[in-house]
Amino acid sequence: MKKFFAQAYLWLLLAMLYAPILIIAIFSFTEAKVLGNWTGFSTKLYTSLFSGGVHHSLLHAIENTFIIAIVSAVIATMLGSVAAIGIFNLRNRKKMIMNTLNNIPMLNPDIITGISLFLLFVSLGITQGYATVILAHVTFCTPYVVLCVIPRLQQMNPNIYEAALDLGATPWQALRKVLIPEIKPGMISGFILSFTLSIDDFAVTIFTIGTGGLETLSTYIYADARKGGLTPELRPLSTIIFVTVLVLLIIINIRSQRTQKLKEAK
Amino acid sequence: MSDSNFIIELSNISKSFGDKTVLDDVSLYVKKGEFVTILGPSGCGKTTLLRILAGFGSADEGEIKIGGVDITEVPPHERPINTVFQRYALFPHLNVYDNIAFGLKLKKVKDDEIEARVRRALKMVGMTDYEWRDVNSLSGGQQQRVAIARAIINRPQVLLLDEPLAALDLKMRKDMQMELKEMHKTLGITFVYVTHDQEEALTLSDTIVVMSEGKVQQIGTPIDIYNEPVNSFVADFIGESNILNGTMIQDKLVRFMGRDFECVDAGFGENAPVDVVIRPEDVYIMSYTDSGMFEGVVQSCIFKGVHYEMLVNTPDGYEVMIQDYNAFEVGQKVSMIIKPSDIHVMKKERTTNTFEGKMVDATHVEIMGAEFVCAEQQGFEGGEQVMVEVDFDKIDLMDNKEDGTMMGDVRFILYKGDHYHLTIRTEGGDNLYVDTHDVWDDRDIVGIKIQPEDIRIKRA
Repeated sequence: MKKFFAQAYLWLLLAMLYAPILIIAIFSFTEAKVLGNWTGFSTKLYTSLFSGGVHHSLLHAIENTFIIAIVSAVIATMLGSVAAIGIFNLRNRKKMIMNTLNNIPMLNPDIITGISLFLLFVSLGITQGYATVILAHVTFCTPYVVLCVIPRLQQMNPNIYEAALDLGATPWQALRKVLIPEIKPGMISGFILSFTLSIDDFAVTIFTIGTGGLETLSTYIYADARKGGLTPELRPLSTIIFVTVLVLLIIINIRSQRTQKLKEAK
Repeated sequence: MSDSNFIIELSNISKSFGDKTVLDDVSLYVKKGEFVTILGPSGCGKTTLLRILAGFGSADEGEIKIGGVDITEVPPHERPINTVFQRYALFPHLNVYDNIAFGLKLKKVKDDEIEARVRRALKMVGMTDYEWRDVNSLSGGQQQRVAIARAIINRPQVLLLDEPLAALDLKMRKDMQMELKEMHKTLGITFVYVTHDQEEALTLSDTIVVMSEGKVQQIGTPIDIYNEPVNSFVADFIGESNILNGTMIQDKLVRFMGRDFECVDAGFGENAPVDVVIRPEDVYIMSYTDSGMFEGVVQSCIFKGVHYEMLVNTPDGYEVMIQDYNAFEVGQKVSMIIKPSDIHVMKKERTTNTFEGKMVDATHVEIMGAEFVCAEQQGFEGGEQVMVEVDFDKIDLMDNKEDGTMMGDVRFILYKGDHYHLTIRTEGGDNLYVDTHDVWDDRDIVGIKIQPEDIRIKRA
């Protein structure tokens, strides 16, 4: 009996967590303009999403979102990996301080990050647009990359970098041929995480996107909803994004599980 | 000292981490083709010295030359040196072949030459046909073989080995020792080997460098080091030994364990305090007879494989360790003989603790950064610099560190037959030498107390 309640509680919780997204997913397979009306199964919304049936500013928003996500994830991965190597090689006290400094931005509410970046850009007189959004996204993604890479460095035999130097590699060659292959799994996890965080972000984006008409998916949907009613095509779009993120997260989990197993096997 | 015979010349190397001195003016000269072992307990600075030689760490002071060329400032990848690391340090993302070929590929050696040399190196370490194996799937011993192949393939002038066998089991270690020795002969490369295992050092080396507390204690052949240790640290660290306080009555006559023994050493002067070292296998033991030099009662007898190890107590309260092929029963009365040539006499490094101190007032003196109460002094002014002496057996050590005037930790324990001679490192980094009958462990934190009347004060 006790077991039954425990099970029921778990399922209830999961149902509540996933109900909103499930509703969107279910209603993405019908044509009704208003969310909640079921007018029979149809994939018309999906076809119209991809065949230009929607306003072309939505397509632009999708394109912007992905470009921003890829560019900022690439930059964050590079910066974060270098930072992780640097932090890893610091001594006790400095290392602790740097780790804390790295963690604070992750705990900081997005809205605060957004406002402070907005104020920074304004006070420096930087015109807001593509560049500022990317800079902002790099800012909040980098600490996550650091967090993904540091455990790989800790697992690594500390002598292998020295072994490379010993065998005649310059510091740069040792970094490229030995250190980076070792931390690559961490870098990939960091990249995927940054990518999803960037796609997902609204609070920071809205403050740094400026007034030049640049839209990402999140700001577009926000504006769309404020205009009155969501464009029906957003339903299939949300579903696709959800599935994409889900797949990416599953990949990250499988990867970390595999490295865990490898570690245990050793 | 710039003899062209020397391939490695380390001159006056010093290194500190913070205020901790790890290497204190170490000099070492190695001949081409020699197998040199740096031997010492953990924390003696041997690994730091090796890292400085490899270029992974820099010396605060001193000069390093390889083949007559100053390489003090040369980065590790430009030194004609390769290293075998303690924990192998193979590249986990590369297979055996690519690990071994790593150095040659960097030097842009032609592919077919690389292949031939990798095969030869693998053959040398007995790992033929392992080229395409994943290094993570190899056993510890196999990984170390690959690591050795990876180092020697580059034909370095000097091969550094940092406790390469420490992680292997005993059987494997013995096999690898023989193989390393064989390899050293065939390759003709100079080997610098670091270990804390004295038996390994004695087995492998042409020359042993014994280090302790960042200083070289003795350099010599294994036979020299074993038979003629220069001080009690070396005697205690290399092999088993009985180390006793003695007095050199005159040339070739030494007094210890309450009686006089003939010996072969001379030149210490008359009635000079000395340390006497007797190896346990050099004491001849027999059933009680009148013709023995001294007698005793067997306290314990343990079978050690080839021999028995016995502890024998003499009537004067000394404990002697003896190794013999014959076993004597516990409680049995036995007689012992020591040949004059087996008695090794060493000059005592010190006979009392000596400190520089400062008078605080007539009854207080500051030594080792703490204020001690002393007997009332006449004729000294407050603030005057003085020399302070305290005998080894006049220092009290206490479990409860708060009870002492100051604190310290036990760094080195030497059993002297009837008492322990401890080296205590004080908080301020001074060494304090203490004779005690109490048993302390290495690294024990102790309180230090000295009775006022035991503090002798002299003018500086």
